[in-house]
Amino acid sequence: MSGLTPLLVDSLFPNGIAHYALGGLLIGLGTAIIYLGTGIIAGASTFLESTLSYVSDLPRFNKTKYVTSRDWRVVFTLSIVAGAAIYTVTLGDGWWVSEVQPWRFAVGGVLVGIGTRIGKGCTSGHGVCGVGSRSRTSFVNVATFMLVAIGVAQLLQALGVSP
Amino acid sequence: MSDDERGLGFMLLIVLGGLIFGFGLGLSNMARPEVVIDFLQFDDFGLLFVMGGAAVTTGVVFALAETLGDRAPLTGANYGRRLKSFDKNVVVGGVIFGAGWGISGICPGAAYASLGVGNYPILIAIGGMFVGAYLQGLWRARRAESAARGTSAD
Repeated sequence: MSGLTPLLVDSLFPNGIAHYALGGLLIGLGTAIIYLGTGIIAGASTFLESTLSYVSDLPRFNKTKYVTSRDWRVVFTLSIVAGAAIYTVTLGDGWWVSEVQPWRFAVGGVLVGIGTRIGKGCTSGHGVCGVGSRSRTSFVNVATFMLVAIGVAQLLQALGVSP
Repeated sequence: MSDDERGLGFMLLIVLGGLIFGFGLGLSNMARPEVVIDFLQFDDFGLLFVMGGAAVTTGVVFALAETLGDRAPLTGANYGRRLKSFDKNVVVGGVIFGAGWGISGICPGAAYASLGVGNYPILIAIGGMFVGAYLQGLWRARRAESAARGTSAD
């Protein structure tokens, strides 16, 4: 092999590829196991609305599809937290805390909460399940949020926001 | 079907699926907002392999289930594509979600997993997501209400 190929791979993937691809495979596998057993396509963001039905009387959050799924969605979400914790204490490098500024989490979190519910899904619902289902709706949603996110992140970088 | 009718096997499978899903998010480093931001700033393209690897896995399994399978054993639900309808909300939501993702490097599944790797400041983002989900619900409910009033007044 010529020396150029590994060099290119190094610059595009400074942290290698294996962790990313294996992790992605497991993310897909978790979704696939639930689908095989239950027929449910489990996205991560419906948890937000369905959990609000425990505390809000707003009819919008108390639709049958939210109320009948809210219990298992809580269990699913807690299991995601536990799964990541199991990774951290087994193969991981130990507990880890982000240095991204709190205002980015606050503003970004609110926008993600609004956007994922208006857009009918998030990176797992559209990006993994929807794309896996060859859904045109999901392809459009993913392309839209990718382009906007890249633009916004580059803009923040240009403005000197770090991290 | 309520959770009681679904039974223990159903919940155990949800737990197993969630554990693997969360483990994968940890292993892929998606629980670290910095890694997502690196991707969006073109410093590390690894995220493409995460989404690609996940979508290929679900794609193969979903397709096999539809072709070979009939009904899901734990619920009796039919396998088959349940595609979401397309309208302008898909794009509007995508733009707002994308802005939030670009600012914070955080999306719902990865945020839950982030808590599992010890990243407690992520609670700000998770709290923000609940606020955002609540605001859009409130806004849409108000809009539907005023639309209904408008038609009845005619």
